[in-house]
Amino acid sequence: MQTPNHTHPDAPLSEMDIRVRALETLLIDKGYVDPAALDELVDTYEHRVGPHNGARVVARAWTDPKYRAWLLADATAAIGSDEGFGFRGRQGEHMVALENTPQLHNMVVCTLCSCYPWPVLGLPPVWYKSAPYRSRAVIDPRGVLADFGLQLPTQTEIRVWDSTAEIRYLVLPMRPDGTDGWSEEQLARLVTRDSMIGTGVALTPQALAAQQAST
Amino acid sequence: MNGAQDLGGAMGFGAVMPEHDEEIFHAPWERRAFAITLAAGFTGQWNIDMARSARESLPPAQYLASSYYEIWFEGLQRLLIARGMIGEQELHAALAGQSAGNAPGVRSTEAAARRVAAKDVSAVLAKGGPTERPAGQAARFQIGDAVRTVVIHPAHHTRLPRYVRGKRGRILATHGAHVFPDTNAQGLGEHPCWLYTVQFDAHELWGPDTTASSVCVDCWEPYLQLDTPLDQPEDPMASAVSR
Repeated sequence: MQTPNHTHPDAPLSEMDIRVRALETLLIDKGYVDPAALDELVDTYEHRVGPHNGARVVARAWTDPKYRAWLLADATAAIGSDEGFGFRGRQGEHMVALENTPQLHNMVVCTLCSCYPWPVLGLPPVWYKSAPYRSRAVIDPRGVLADFGLQLPTQTEIRVWDSTAEIRYLVLPMRPDGTDGWSEEQLARLVTRDSMIGTGVALTPQALAAQQAST
Repeated sequence: MNGAQDLGGAMGFGAVMPEHDEEIFHAPWERRAFAITLAAGFTGQWNIDMARSARESLPPAQYLASSYYEIWFEGLQRLLIARGMIGEQELHAALAGQSAGNAPGVRSTEAAARRVAAKDVSAVLAKGGPTERPAGQAARFQIGDAVRTVVIHPAHHTRLPRYVRGKRGRILATHGAHVFPDTNAQGLGEHPCWLYTVQFDAHELWGPDTTASSVCVDCWEPYLQLDTPLDQPEDPMASAVSR
């Protein structure tokens, strides 16, 4: 599938803008959709739900052994219940957490469409939904990881998870060295979206500092 | 169906291109296409398997040449027409920016009655669409069982990817009984079936041409059979040699 063209805010309306707007108008006129509900949906996934949710889950698992055990035993409850984080619902109804270790690296894909754990990661990035990732992740995960600039030791077992059902997977990345005594809030900043898909690892404290210095 | 969506193991698509500081939506229309697809789905006139089936039914050349939300937009149109929510002619006229003329307008009062108001959106999202159902019977397989996937090529929607058909694996986890997409997509009912995570050795799937160790795929019970030794009759020559 193609990568969409970038459109500048002041660009003239594209054909797709016109067609989608036409259908939106029809749906509103027929009484099927509430225009304010459309804005609410966009706002939810553009501004409120995102990888910062998953990062909090990971940071707690790193600091609280009881929570980590709960997450690995029953991720749906540990993430979605009120006693957990309350990150639940659409595209996160049935959760499983996969723990990365020095011996085992987990990586998640959906070869058939774009299944992705929305309540903890938000909407999937374009590359996750694209043909290059969906086709290659299951046969050549090391090649895919190289596209992300990541090279794992040859002896590391690489386990790829193809999300063919309604089970949604969250990778629990390894906690970086040099973070002893860090708070949950501090640790959460090291947890990247890609590290929770398995196409990356968590940032080191040095990488985080360099990132903050450059922005 | 063996459509263009079934991409596992296909080659020639090039490198994965991660974007730096990626935006959630890449054009204004993507926001709207996303939102109208979800909001129209809230009216309950189709299920998630029907939605996936509609997207996969695009001609392969069109599917592969389309961006992700273009595929959603095409799928949505097909669903709206199929469920009698919009007339085909009036839709095509509207999308072309023309008046529908004499084309009959179509409206589903049932869908309109189930419109979700903005104030209820967060509750609907939080509820989601769980697919686990009470199990009608005991699970046929247990963790650790050696299984083989069936060889099927149905013309309808299925969630057993081609690359994993007729392959030997091992049950890694059980997830209870879940809605069976193959029937649910066709409007033939949920027919809940036991769902398992099956782990396949990467060499079983790809021979030597892989950098994976194993691939785990979620499989409903009808996709699986016990991998009994009968499937592989002993080689008489081999046993003669060992004697």
